[in-house]
Amino acid sequence: MQNSYVIDRRLNGKNKSAVNRRRFMERYNKRIKKSVSDAIERRSITDVERGEDISIPAEDIVEPFFHHGEGGNRSFVNAGNKEFTEGDRVKKPPSGNGGGAGTGKPSNQGEGEDDFSFHISSNEFLEYLFEDLELPNLVRKELGKLEEISYRQAGFTSSGVPSKLNIIRSMKNAHARKIAMTSSLRKKLKQLQSELFQLQKSLENHQDDTKIKHLKEEIDSIKSRIKKTPFLDDLDLRFNRFEPVATPTNAAVMFCLMDVSGSMTQETKDIAKRFYLLLYLFLKRNYEKIEIVFIRHHTSAKEVDEQEFFNSRETGGTIVSSALLMAKDIIKKKFSPSAWNIYIAQASDGDNWNDDSPLCAELLTQSLLPIIQHFSYIEITEGDHQALWDHYLQVQREHPQLFSMKHIHSVSDIYPVFRQLFQKKGVG
Amino acid sequence: MNKTKKPISTGSEWTFDLIQLYEHEIGNIAKDFGLNTFPNQIEIISAEQMMDAYSSVGMPVGYNHWSFGKQFLQTHQSYKRGRMGLAYEIVINSNPCISYLMEENSITMQALVIAHACYGHNSFFKNNYLFQTWTSPSAIIDYLVFAKNYVARCEEIHGVSAVEKIIDSCHALQNFGVDRYKRPLPISAVEEEKLQQERELQRQQQINLLWKTIPQTEREQSKEKQPGFPSEPEENILYFVEKHAPLLEPWQREIIRIVRKLAQYFYPQRQTQVMNEGWATFWHYTIINELYDRGLVTDSFMLEFIDSHSSVVRQPDFDDPYYSGINPYALGFAIYKDLRRICERPTDEDKKWFPEYAGSDWLTTLHFAMKNFKDESFILQFLSPQVIRNFKLFSIHDSETDPFYLIDSIHNKSGYQKIRQLLSEQYNLSINEPNIQVINVDLHGNRELLLRHIRTDNRPLAADTTLTLKHLYRLWGFPVRLESRFRSTTVEVLQIPSGNTTLDTNSPST
Repeated sequence: MQNSYVIDRRLNGKNKSAVNRRRFMERYNKRIKKSVSDAIERRSITDVERGEDISIPAEDIVEPFFHHGEGGNRSFVNAGNKEFTEGDRVKKPPSGNGGGAGTGKPSNQGEGEDDFSFHISSNEFLEYLFEDLELPNLVRKELGKLEEISYRQAGFTSSGVPSKLNIIRSMKNAHARKIAMTSSLRKKLKQLQSELFQLQKSLENHQDDTKIKHLKEEIDSIKSRIKKTPFLDDLDLRFNRFEPVATPTNAAVMFCLMDVSGSMTQETKDIAKRFYLLLYLFLKRNYEKIEIVFIRHHTSAKEVDEQEFFNSRETGGTIVSSALLMAKDIIKKKFSPSAWNIYIAQASDGDNWNDDSPLCAELLTQSLLPIIQHFSYIEITEGDHQALWDHYLQVQREHPQLFSMKHIHSVSDIYPVFRQLFQKKGVG
Repeated sequence: MNKTKKPISTGSEWTFDLIQLYEHEIGNIAKDFGLNTFPNQIEIISAEQMMDAYSSVGMPVGYNHWSFGKQFLQTHQSYKRGRMGLAYEIVINSNPCISYLMEENSITMQALVIAHACYGHNSFFKNNYLFQTWTSPSAIIDYLVFAKNYVARCEEIHGVSAVEKIIDSCHALQNFGVDRYKRPLPISAVEEEKLQQERELQRQQQINLLWKTIPQTEREQSKEKQPGFPSEPEENILYFVEKHAPLLEPWQREIIRIVRKLAQYFYPQRQTQVMNEGWATFWHYTIINELYDRGLVTDSFMLEFIDSHSSVVRQPDFDDPYYSGINPYALGFAIYKDLRRICERPTDEDKKWFPEYAGSDWLTTLHFAMKNFKDESFILQFLSPQVIRNFKLFSIHDSETDPFYLIDSIHNKSGYQKIRQLLSEQYNLSINEPNIQVINVDLHGNRELLLRHIRTDNRPLAADTTLTLKHLYRLWGFPVRLESRFRSTTVEVLQIPSGNTTLDTNSPST
């Protein structure tokens, strides 16, 4: 008796292990998070948005069970003897296991001392990176104020521009109209035609010619009337109708402000860059559309592209307010605060023209802070704070929700500082 | 048979029609060789699905647990690095017998797997005495569904982490959740579900009875007279805990039972690794060769087959970097194949060693060997001097105190018996796994659970034994002590909680 059947299961779900995998990730959550933040420190800048190999020490992941350890007196069988004979004595390999003629039953010795390593995807990497973080004042602009309008098809209309003509609908209508308008005529035509046929049949010799002639005339006139029914009438036309729909703006603009004066070293710029990168990645996960504006400054400010922003170097003094002023101008020209969520991040080594610092504070409180979502300032310096720091401190005291500032010493400070800056309230 | 017959296929691509044709021919040949099987359910799956199946011990349904996720990640990683060997097939001891074929395989591989799994393993599952007595292939799938649903329900009620802890602890002890000698009742999902509630009540009553507080005076008197509890040592630690742990909730006991039942289900597979894989390999080898002899497959088909087959039965030497002990496929295959030779073309040596098999009908003898043994007895009975010579087996004596290994015996006349016996012991689970039993419960004192480990060859327990004990402590709820004995002297005592053990067993350390 043959009793076999073949089933194609390939279309069944393939993620049967997803739940178990997630359980595993949750269990080792802390460990994975640590690997992720280590990786951020280590990675080069262009390289943040990528998966990561996570490694967990073997002793943390062991599933213990009762089994034998090393030692005791035992014999075991191996394969592939070459030169040994009975009674030979062979020096044991130096330390415990791993030797060629070593343990005969590897299955009994657990999984060795290797760390357990696995890969997480770039998405997961970023999820871990941004876990518990939330943008401050993440305000979605109210629906009513939105400028962003999209059109959605909503039924059909009998008037419109030719480009919106719906041909199928229109032809359908025309066809129906023609059928309806000619139905009585066609009925009559049918009737006359059968009459004519009967008549012709009964009067083989065509005696009553006039009657037939009359009938034929009538048939022709009806036929021409049917023909005259318009093929397409204005009434038939149908146009696609579109309705404007307001969608919430999900757009943010991020201003990167950086001091590029002589006092900024490449290393400080590098640190700043990572901070911007994190901010960018973070915004990217919260907004659908993000614009970045790079403004660098020494004594005067300039809007530049990313390449120039990070790579060129200037000499000379520093006037911070020039950059703030420029940001203000650009916002005014291009990024209406009602449509854009505006974030400004500034990095500097703290140097500023002394008289300029009060001006900066004033610019912030008067012009910028009222229209933006958040301003963050990081100062990267080994030395003492200067006037700018003190003035910014004052601003922070007045606007703790909108303004945050941190002091960074080295690359490894970035991530913790970043977290602190954007920490969800009530977490950690 | 007719050598000029048209081959079933010539290309390497498979189609459903072709698989069915091959299956039909292979089935015919299997019948001619007297292979008695469950009906086959052959499922074509993708590589991803195969990885899923790998990480759930090959079971089509299973409860959720992080350790399966770990296994999945491991499988996934090694698959990506191209390190995964023999992921050709998985076969499940169920009725109908479910085998997975991977879509990436060529038609040659599909035919090999059909012969190997659908007829080799399948007939082993159906006919070997261990499987016949200890497993219920018709009920296993339903039981797995029951288990999955039950665990999921517990997670809903008690939270994932509470359930996870219990399962962690059960997994740590699952090798000690089997009856090695008693025959268990067959499992049935319907029964389980029906009895599950009854059991909850009943169990709690029994436990209450056991722990009933006895008036002080009576207790003092009875201390002398009363026999210890349990009256006999218990080898099935999980069973003991399920029945007698004082503080467990009914659902926790049910989960212990589930893990125990599944461990019991897999126990025969662990006891017949060499026999089972050897049998399946022997039959794919024999059946595919028969296909060739009947002119049903082409020469290029055979070349691909021989290539795969020889990598399956490859036995690296002990000093080879790929050596990881003796390859069960190779050993099992060699024993069956040599047994056939002994039946068909016995030498004088064979007649001396196997008087009752030399010259007998090979099919009858092989079926007999497959049906009535497990690895240890199979090797003891059938490992021939010829196979020992072919494998160049030799035994090493490792004594703790000696800086040298002693070569005990090699593949020569005086060594055959010794090697046979040692190799048999190597596959004897009751020697291979430490002998640990529940000896006593301190009913009147602190309810301490006492385990005794009897050492074989003075082999100590591994360093992580305390971790396992912590899991037992979590289930038992009261102190746990393990005495390790060698020749009736206690050599080592482990105790949980010990002075410096934290009472919290919430692993992991992260």
